[in-house]
Amino acid sequence: MLSPQRLRQRAVFVQQIRAFFQAHDYLEVETPIRLPFSIPEANIRAIQSEGAWLQTSPELCMKLLLAAGNERLFQICRCFRGEEVGRLHLSEFSMLEWYQVGWDYQDLMQSCEAFIRSLLPWALACQESEDSRQLAQASAVKTGDCLQYQNRSLYFPATLWPRLTVEAAFTRYASISLAEALATDRFDECLVVEIEPNLGWAAPVFLMDYPAEFAALSRKKTTDPSVAERFELYIGGIELANGFSELIDPGEQRARFEESLAEMAAQGQKVAAMPERFLTALGAMKETAGIALGLDRLFMLLADLPHIEAAVSLSPPDFLAPHPGLP
Amino acid sequence: MGGDNVSKLKPEDKKDILSIALRSGCKKMGNHVAWPAHSADNVIPITSCSEKNMYSASDLRKGLKVDIDGEPYIITDFDFSKPGKGQALYRTKMRNMITGNQFTQTYRSHDKFKKADLEERTMQFLYAQGDEYHFMDTVSYDQVALSKEQLGDSQKFLMDNMEVAVLFYAGTRPIAVNLPIFVNLAVTRADPWAKGDTSGTDTKPVTVETGYELQVPPFVEQGDKIQIDTRSGEYITRVKE
Repeated sequence: MLSPQRLRQRAVFVQQIRAFFQAHDYLEVETPIRLPFSIPEANIRAIQSEGAWLQTSPELCMKLLLAAGNERLFQICRCFRGEEVGRLHLSEFSMLEWYQVGWDYQDLMQSCEAFIRSLLPWALACQESEDSRQLAQASAVKTGDCLQYQNRSLYFPATLWPRLTVEAAFTRYASISLAEALATDRFDECLVVEIEPNLGWAAPVFLMDYPAEFAALSRKKTTDPSVAERFELYIGGIELANGFSELIDPGEQRARFEESLAEMAAQGQKVAAMPERFLTALGAMKETAGIALGLDRLFMLLADLPHIEAAVSLSPPDFLAPHPGLP
Repeated sequence: MGGDNVSKLKPEDKKDILSIALRSGCKKMGNHVAWPAHSADNVIPITSCSEKNMYSASDLRKGLKVDIDGEPYIITDFDFSKPGKGQALYRTKMRNMITGNQFTQTYRSHDKFKKADLEERTMQFLYAQGDEYHFMDTVSYDQVALSKEQLGDSQKFLMDNMEVAVLFYAGTRPIAVNLPIFVNLAVTRADPWAKGDTSGTDTKPVTVETGYELQVPPFVEQGDKIQIDTRSGEYITRVKE
């Protein structure tokens, strides 16, 4: 459970986020959480609710609104993913998504930089207010671009943040090449164990150009169809946001969904029907870029909290019976 | 990689393979356990053990005891991670409860684990012969022997006739002894405390009847009975009888 002070910090954090998107002329929207369909993604478990599906992200609904002619949207909402519990995972969490028609993923990375930078004054003040940190922060306040995370420094340079392709990241940090990782199905493990811990300390890093098989709902690069125009933002070794140039070809999207549905069925997962309404809408969508950012993780990072349960008002342990003998 | 071999298969093969248990046939190499490539003859059909005796990867947590290649392991460290759009990875560190060997391994959601078949029985310590410690079941009068190595620190506090819990693996194999948390032992050797000792220390070493040596307050004398915490090996209090 958050302390009253932390709860206040989190409220201000969310207000700051809304202020940024309002100031940049984004329209805030709310969309249903219980849906008749679910995004077919083999590695994300949707949770059912009386026959409906709890959203794993608002992506499909946001795209329905974009296809209907809305061009600049943001949403803050709750998302649900089964079997995800860990230092960085909650089964129910807060997501921030924003979309802009006419953009590609490069534009989105710049927007992401501006957004994170807009929160730094708040984050510095927040860390300063923690008595034990005043000394550590004294120098940081002067430079204005350094925060502490779990006793390590995080830097936020005013210049362009590094863009690192997935292939280059494997060359630099992994024990095997990207090609070998893909061939031996060790992509995820290399990413988590060998690459991620190195990313985003001296500056936030955009890990970009994912192999096309991990494209999900993103568009393949025209100049190199073996990769997708998709990026993940890393700060302090933590994956914070996933953005991409949206795939707007209904045929290609259907083929990818069919593949995911087959894989999920093979795993014995209960699957939702093909999101037909979404595929139809996709045909009316213009070139767009969109991003999903884990709000709880961002608060955890900027407020220097050790794990995600420490970043939300109430988390599963708060609902456990009190220990006998305790008041 | 534990789950690699499955993911390498074509989607149409996955369905069959996924319906069977995957953990089997590991080989020990020094302090590590290496997982062999799975082949048709070293996978155990899940039907050979009832589902209630199985754990899936999402059940993994610190302290859980699982059976791997016919040996019990305890999970000493655990971390869930999942890259964006990627697979769930269950990173675990385990210790073999018999050999003490440790290894780390990453599992995936479809990996299954057999529960370690462990059972505690109350037994009485009879005697030690060389490096063998003999215990007797107080109900069935069955006797078992454990090595000094298996006893570890427990051996320091064992007295004839002491009742302990012997941990059995797979019903018949004794692997460890759990002592009562507190034991009372007589002090067999203690130097008298010189009044006015200005050495500044407020403890002195004594030896108890099992031969174990520990630090106690200066007022403890030879012949006293003292209570010891068997988890830390530390002095708790002097016991009056």
